[in-house]
Amino acid sequence: MKTTQILFAGFGGQGILFAGKFLAYKGLKEDKQVSWLPSYGPEMRGGTANCSVILSETPVGSPIITEPDVLVAMNLPSLEKYIDTVVPGGQIYLDSSLIQYEVKRTDVQVFAIPATAMAKENNMASLANMILVGALLENHPELSFDGTDTVVSDLVPPKKAALVELNMKALSMGKEYTK
Amino acid sequence: MAQRVLMKGNEAIAEAAIRAGCRHYFGYPITPQTEIAAYMAKKMPKIGGVFLQAESEIASINMVYGAAATGMRVMTSSSSPGISLKAEGLSYIAGSDIPALVVNVQRGGPGLGGIQPSQSDYFQATKGGGHGDYRMIVLAPASVQEMASLTIKGFNLADKYNMTSMILADGTIGQMMEPISFEDAEIEVYEKPWALTGTECKRKHNVVNSLYLKPEELEVKNFERFERYKLVEENEAMWEEYMMEDAEICVVAFGIASRVAKNAIVAARNEGIKVGLIRPITVWPFPKKALAAAADKVKGFVCVELSMGQMIEDVKLATSCKKPVSLCNRCGGMICSPDQVLYSIRNAQKGEF
Repeated sequence: MKTTQILFAGFGGQGILFAGKFLAYKGLKEDKQVSWLPSYGPEMRGGTANCSVILSETPVGSPIITEPDVLVAMNLPSLEKYIDTVVPGGQIYLDSSLIQYEVKRTDVQVFAIPATAMAKENNMASLANMILVGALLENHPELSFDGTDTVVSDLVPPKKAALVELNMKALSMGKEYTK
Repeated sequence: MAQRVLMKGNEAIAEAAIRAGCRHYFGYPITPQTEIAAYMAKKMPKIGGVFLQAESEIASINMVYGAAATGMRVMTSSSSPGISLKAEGLSYIAGSDIPALVVNVQRGGPGLGGIQPSQSDYFQATKGGGHGDYRMIVLAPASVQEMASLTIKGFNLADKYNMTSMILADGTIGQMMEPISFEDAEIEVYEKPWALTGTECKRKHNVVNSLYLKPEELEVKNFERFERYKLVEENEAMWEEYMMEDAEICVVAFGIASRVAKNAIVAARNEGIKVGLIRPITVWPFPKKALAAAADKVKGFVCVELSMGQMIEDVKLATSCKKPVSLCNRCGGMICSPDQVLYSIRNAQKGEF
């Protein structure tokens, strides 16, 4: 009956929807039931973006997440908005290059990763999202790191094939950072 | 089994329509259903089909009317305010007894309203919308898989009964992605002797029209039409029952609301409350028999809707008000939380409706 509810939140353009899509596809490959729900409308046009991904052993009921098990926050407004909704015992991944914030809650695991700085140092400024996802995968062995390359290949359009390798590198960097 | 892929609900509708043999799409963009038009724009030219973005919703529904009159499988899609604009055409299509598929990915209203998900076009879809005595077959998907399967079903039913099928979805199901597999679409083929295909001087010409100036004739037309509607009511109602075997409380919800309700039902069951769900898959014809049967065994009903309470009237009618019915709702683009539904279920358990 295990169900994991993951909420990605940040600015439009940070790859929030892509990160969610990657995780949903990864879940699909692992034969899980999955749902992916984006925010749509005015907020995605230049403001905040978020997306809800549910991975489950049983059919997904509501695709709407009100109490996430995992929050991936890529900007301060998103962290402040959702931090109190994370279930006790849940996990928070935050991009510490962009968010200066001391999490007061002691009942959640916090992974502060300077993802944007790490991405910039490696000339892949747009892939901070995947560094955070790499960290998430490291802590969720049920999703296994194996087979991530085929998922990335499926998601990256053929015209941008060079990005496959960079995405993989970003995932590995996140994974290593969290080990 | 066919391979499972992730797809948006809106895209699933478009792909399913193509697989069902639809080669004519006429539309006008509106959030949150624009992916349907975008998918059609990409695919139709590659398979010899027609994608046409009309100058307005009114133009697009009349293009549907014209193309449907030739017996082709035809569709349009829109969202709430756009469907209001199409209402005149819907009435003409009904008055001409020709098949078509219309998709409404609902958003909050009335007026221009908002763009977030809603179910407040239930009345419009099931009770008319356009003028005159007419019905549409209204299918309410609750998953991306159903967006596809009900689209195919909708085309088949439209052809079978010479009437419009409407897919009554909402912004959430339209925008979300879920795994979906396309089995081979079961396309039912019906003779269309009424279609305007050219006589080739071999038969009398056909006329597709909704104008009957002699009241005697118009009355007979309406009688005939309602004989057909009666057959639809008898044969085509679809619903899902979930944990109803021993249920003392029955939740009634369709589309996205039914998924929220399922979460609440699981939580209520964990508290020992015997509660189940009847989910109408067709909201017209409404699954009256299932509701009437439930009314004989449950203590009462909880109707969960994203509107000010529209389907609740059909629940009361179908159950002849034998048992109390409470309303659990949000509207304007807001969505009930599982906790809100759970609260209503607990109250129902205590006899508070």
